Amino acid sequence: MSQDETHTIDIIGKPSRHKIQEKIVTYFMLLCSSVAILTTIGILASLTFETFAFFQKVSFLDFLFGLEWSPQTALRSDQVGSSGSFGAVPLITGTLLISAIAMFFATPLGLLSAIYLAEYASKNVRAVVKPLLELLAGIPTVVYGFFAALIIAPFLRGGGENVGLVISSESALAAGLTMGVMIIPLISSLSDDVINAVPQSLRDASYGLGATQTETIKEVILPAAIPGIAGSLLLATSRAIGETMIVVMAAGLAANLTANPFEAVTTVTVQIVTLLTGDQEFESAKTLSAFALGFFLFIITLCLNIVALKIVDHYKEQYD
Amino acid sequence: MNSVVMPNELGTTDYQTELIAGKSIIQARDVDVFYGDKQALFGMELDIYENSVTSLIGPSGCGKSTLLRCFNRMNDVISTCRVTGSIELDSQDIHAPEVDVVALRQKVGMVFQKPNPFPKSIYDNIAYGPRIHNMTPSKVELDEVVEKSLKRAGLWEEAKDRLDKPGTGLSGGQQQRLCIARAIAVEPKVILMDEPCSALDPIATAKIEELIDELRQRFTIIIVTHSMQQAARISQHTAFFHMGYLVEFGETGDIFSAPKDERTQNYITGRIG
Amino acid sequence: MTDNINILIASSNAKRQSAERSFRVYGIFAIILSLSFLFIMIGSIGLRGATAFKQSFVQIEMEIPSDKIDADNIKRARFGKLLKAALRDSFPDLKSRKEKKQLYKLISSNAEYSIRDQVLQSPEIIGTKAKFWVRASSDVDMYLKGYIDTNIPEDQRRISDLQLSWIGKFQDAGQIESRFNTRFFLGGDSREPEQAGILGAVIGSALSLLVCFLIAFPLGVFAAVYLEEFAPKGKLSRVIEININNLAAVPSIVFGLLGLAIFLNFFNLPRSTPLVGGMVLALMTLPTIIIASRAALRAVPPSIRQAAIGLGASKVQTTFHHVIPLAMPGMLTGSIIGMAQALGETAPLLMIGMVAFIVDVPQGITDAATALPVQIFLWADSPERGFLEKTSAAILVLLVFLIVMNLVAIILRRRLEKRW
Repeated sequence: MSQDETHTIDIIGKPSRHKIQEKIVTYFMLLCSSVAILTTIGILASLTFETFAFFQKVSFLDFLFGLEWSPQTALRSDQVGSSGSFGAVPLITGTLLISAIAMFFATPLGLLSAIYLAEYASKNVRAVVKPLLELLAGIPTVVYGFFAALIIAPFLRGGGENVGLVISSESALAAGLTMGVMIIPLISSLSDDVINAVPQSLRDASYGLGATQTETIKEVILPAAIPGIAGSLLLATSRAIGETMIVVMAAGLAANLTANPFEAVTTVTVQIVTLLTGDQEFESAKTLSAFALGFFLFIITLCLNIVALKIVDHYKEQYD
Repeated sequence: MNSVVMPNELGTTDYQTELIAGKSIIQARDVDVFYGDKQALFGMELDIYENSVTSLIGPSGCGKSTLLRCFNRMNDVISTCRVTGSIELDSQDIHAPEVDVVALRQKVGMVFQKPNPFPKSIYDNIAYGPRIHNMTPSKVELDEVVEKSLKRAGLWEEAKDRLDKPGTGLSGGQQQRLCIARAIAVEPKVILMDEPCSALDPIATAKIEELIDELRQRFTIIIVTHSMQQAARISQHTAFFHMGYLVEFGETGDIFSAPKDERTQNYITGRIG
Repeated sequence: MTDNINILIASSNAKRQSAERSFRVYGIFAIILSLSFLFIMIGSIGLRGATAFKQSFVQIEMEIPSDKIDADNIKRARFGKLLKAALRDSFPDLKSRKEKKQLYKLISSNAEYSIRDQVLQSPEIIGTKAKFWVRASSDVDMYLKGYIDTNIPEDQRRISDLQLSWIGKFQDAGQIESRFNTRFFLGGDSREPEQAGILGAVIGSALSLLVCFLIAFPLGVFAAVYLEEFAPKGKLSRVIEININNLAAVPSIVFGLLGLAIFLNFFNLPRSTPLVGGMVLALMTLPTIIIASRAALRAVPPSIRQAAIGLGASKVQTTFHHVIPLAMPGMLTGSIIGMAQALGETAPLLMIGMVAFIVDVPQGITDAATALPVQIFLWADSPERGFLEKTSAAILVLLVFLIVMNLVAIILRRRLEKRW
């Protein structure tokens, strides 16, 4: 048909400011999302920078393999023992010891709680217990630290005296147990999600074969959930390694190289706090060593998190 | 069955059948639609005639909803969806770069399967479209548009005392008429309806059908429906789709009384579906 | 034959049933043990903290001589001397300086200022003999609350037999009273436990959270909207997503190091301030808010988006007019939970120096300040017996704030769920 250029239906619209505004809004939002990436870059950049400066003063190998940690550099350079020693091994073993105690304590409790809540508990029990466990998770760590120093440590020391054990009042055991209590709800809620993600069809299949509930859980649900549970345990471990306040308040300051849970040990995070609170001159090896420790902590927890999140994601996709 | 009496415009039909009278407002030519690698529509050729109701029927997954959503480029929202070929509205290619989808969707409105009023007041539901398109500079005019749209959608009597109440509080049928009122408030030329009655009871359905027949005076309506009775009752033209192909298109009376294709015959007699 | 089979099945059933029961019992045991820690922790802290809301006061009768106190210049007057004299007058038989010193230690070292303030308020008492209620010292307060065991040898306790006899006399004369400790809620920090209050820390926390919210909420919401509604589902958005999930699990102390290196040392922002504290907390809270906001956006039914787009609304209009308002309760819920986490954070604030001893209540976000959890940490570190109950009480206050915030979040979530 013959149609001149004037159409009765206008779908071209006006060339509007509208579109430009929309572009601006979209880019602004993109900018906001990039803050998360900028934060990561900021963390990496600042830690790397200071760590690099630290390794100009202290050898990398001495840091990583040195067995002695005493960062007390003297105020005047002519003082005796002004160099200090920066061997991180006792801090790392201390951190691992306390985290291991925490995980050893929290894993069975967290997992069993999760299994009970996900599979056995009635709706009412779940409605009461879950928020209480969440409450446990919501309590600030400074409160746990206070609890450890006030109740757990004296209790353990007293108990030890009764059976003839010498337990330090800043023992790794006290800090580890308290940290374990903090981690229980983390493990239980992550595992609860994982167990709930196991499809109902698997349960039905097992019941259809005449299996009891416990058999179904042990033989079908747990094996199916194992990768997800492993992921949540890794996340919990990363949390334990990075935890600060509990160990600052309940663990020791002296860097002992020991595997004895009754002795006092110190951790990476305790040393960071100790080095950076109080008077500090910024370019000293002592201050810079805190950043090197922070860098180390960041890398370790980052690796754990990436692996853990990958496992959990992969696991969840499998049942989507 | 309605016999078609259309204002006979000059010979605008260049395709398929000389029997159909009326001015063609949309022409789809050689339209293919893909979702990722999967092709959903094959070489679609179809004309939509002004001020008439065109039904798109066919079994589930036949591509009728996909085609409907091509007409106002709702498929743009799906990132994997790709449309080739040409669709012209009033002799303008709707995929042309200078076309503003926003303006297109104002001219080609849509009513969805499930009533989806905004969780706002009835008034705001209707007023939203005119507001974003800057159609009504004053509050008085906006009030008029709201009233007119509700009247046209046959909802005014039921809604006039509760304009400030949430639209979600209406019954299902009323909600769907509210959605129709919302669509016509922006004064579209074409209204696309995607199974508008499938979530409604028979009485509400009858009301909507009655409404569609009235709206035809003013708008061109394309409706996807699962109900052949509904297609027969309300439409002047019917297109039958099967597995991504347009099998048959013609006047509704002809399609239902004398289908030319065997598949159409089988479908309307209930052998495939 | 058939009998045998029946017996076999029955015995295997019994065995299986007992396995069933024991596994269930382990679960119950684990939950009870976990929750008992919660109750022991809150219970023991609650018991210790409850007494901090009360404070012992001693009534002193004291001459306010007009020749020594200038009514126009009350602030310069030396009430300390007068107070000591008044104390000596109550027990005139004291001779040695040591004994007098012990006597002065019964009341708070700041008592003279509270007397000065009372005189300032009502100058008409100048020239008369007036009775003043002043704070007992922390040691006396502890003794009166029953924390000091008088059965142990005198040289091992904080309060001497002589002091006990004086306290007894005050008590007999009705000159000792236990009152609600308003100062705990309305005062700043102090070296003296009986003077210490949490207001400075609470205000410091509030200012930090305000800064944190003003930064993290808009950033988090816009980031979530972009990722959920606009971002092409490609590599970049996947990278951002992984990055956000990982950021949520980075130890909080690392954020403190970031704040120290970037905000303090690089940008030279003022140390120990709620401004920097809030910025660090904002970066920490951001992932939580983004994750929660995305969930809230996903919960908005797609039909709403279609309705708006079908009317010719643009993507931005659809999002801002319909999707964001509908997701807002969910976004707020997530943000409140994030704020509650931020309120309990201590470690990153230590890194940026919010750990100083600060008496004054901060007036703005660039004043040096501390925060409630840091105050708890500081008090927990103090050797004085009196700070133990203050620490516990401050924890109770912190927990009350956290519970209130979480309740608000739960109520919001409930209202949201009703809607869809």
